[in-house]
Amino acid sequence: MKRFFLSLLFFAGLLLLWEAVVRMHIWSPVLLPAPIKVVEYLKSAAADGTLWQAIVVTLKRLLLGYAIGLIGGVPLGLLTARWNVLHDTIGTLALGLQTLPSVCWVPLALLWFGQSEAAMLFVVVMGTLWSVVIATDTGVRHVPPIYRRAALTMGSKNLHIWLRVILPAALPFIVSGMKQGWAFAWRSLMAAEIFVTILSGFGLGQLLHYGRELNAMDQVIAIMFVIVLIGLLADKTFFAPVERFLHRRWGTSQEAA
Amino acid sequence: MYVTRTFELPPSASSSVREELQFLPPSKLTVESVSKTFKTRTGPVQALDKVSLQVGEGEFVCLVGASGCGKSTLLNIIAGLEKPDSGTVTADGLRVLEPGRERLVMFQESALFPWLDVLGNVLFGLKMKPHLSNKDRKQVARYYLELVGLTRFERSNIHELSGGMKQRVALARALAPNPRMLLMDEPFAALDALTREQLYGDLQQIWESRRKTIIFVTHNVREAACLGDRVLLFSPHPGRIREEFLIKLPRQRDINSTALAEYASRIMASLKGFKENNGEVAE
Repeated sequence: MKRFFLSLLFFAGLLLLWEAVVRMHIWSPVLLPAPIKVVEYLKSAAADGTLWQAIVVTLKRLLLGYAIGLIGGVPLGLLTARWNVLHDTIGTLALGLQTLPSVCWVPLALLWFGQSEAAMLFVVVMGTLWSVVIATDTGVRHVPPIYRRAALTMGSKNLHIWLRVILPAALPFIVSGMKQGWAFAWRSLMAAEIFVTILSGFGLGQLLHYGRELNAMDQVIAIMFVIVLIGLLADKTFFAPVERFLHRRWGTSQEAA
Repeated sequence: MYVTRTFELPPSASSSVREELQFLPPSKLTVESVSKTFKTRTGPVQALDKVSLQVGEGEFVCLVGASGCGKSTLLNIIAGLEKPDSGTVTADGLRVLEPGRERLVMFQESALFPWLDVLGNVLFGLKMKPHLSNKDRKQVARYYLELVGLTRFERSNIHELSGGMKQRVALARALAPNPRMLLMDEPFAALDALTREQLYGDLQQIWESRRKTIIFVTHNVREAACLGDRVLLFSPHPGRIREEFLIKLPRQRDINSTALAEYASRIMASLKGFKENNGEVAE
């Protein structure tokens, strides 16, 4: 509880600082709007529905691309870990593409798919897939061989070993890869939405983009807030509990609340 | 001096549980001139050189030797985890070609699965018996957890257990699928003396109550004399069985008894006598 208030105090302090800077009139209010302006924009955007629509559009793209990245990435990582040939080929490719900032996919996606949902999806999948592949591959390669041997003597074989021993044993690695993949997917989608204007739906990135075009700094800052908030929420509601479970089971860290 | 526990099934136990827990005849094992060479960076190392041995049904045999004498390799070959270069292993008249749950292995490190809790680990082998219901499996698993004295810890995570408790869980997990033979690879080597002594008592008791053939690898001479009906001495480079001791002491044996110490010092003297022996042996 004490920690909660401490963090509340911290953010209240930041807000006050912001307001204070605005009142000192160092920068033009066009460049740095007051906090209340940002709140007012959020209120009106929520009231006329643009905000909710943008959130829904963005999350849809994000979750679909992320899901495809996971569904493709985990099995691919298992395969590259199982066969050295695949590790040396697809694994190396994954390693290389993972270092590529995902925004670099945008020009290619535009030329291939045009200004369409497919281009968005492609960019998000590329952002997610490779880090999941690499994390799964690394995770599997770190599984102590003794687990496999123990399972073998208990009558476990082939697919059963992969699903019931190797996969769960590699879980801590896979989850951290999923987390990284999530962050990459988020970044790549925002890049894509800012660059690519498509008519099939306006996402948060597009709102951000129009905010800049209209010199509406209150809109820009407000949307940035929303993006940060969604990221935090995803972490707190999904990744944090999973990680807590892993830490508790494996005994890898002291209990943190 | 050891606490004797009684192991009784709840009256509600189903017939399939009773069947699962019934005594199977222990295995008989024949190893015939098994050889194995490993390639290492410094050249080939012959781990086993034409090793032969016979283990009778329900016998408790200890393999003793310095580290690197091939005794663990032999155990892995018997388990079916490794293939010999030449020679055969036969269990109950059948060639051993792959691992199987009639011969379960208990490793030096516990090899317990950290993603499962204690009960989940003991259930792992039982999950591969399709004729049991989940309720039956739990009953069987709890029976063995009681056997090793860990009933209260069935929901514990593995990392919360002490080294001794981990090996007890590993023992329960190895016993649960009701194998006819247990292969133990220095299972107590990493434990403190006090915990080990307790486990010697428990293991002897479980061996008598569950009637298994046990092959037990150790570099601890006293441990071998305490547990084994028969102790086989290995000499390294290449690994060979050099000598055999029959331990004619009544059970339960106390590791601290003088009669046992006499056996241990005789075995130790033999081990020291092997010229090639340049490894380490603990008394």
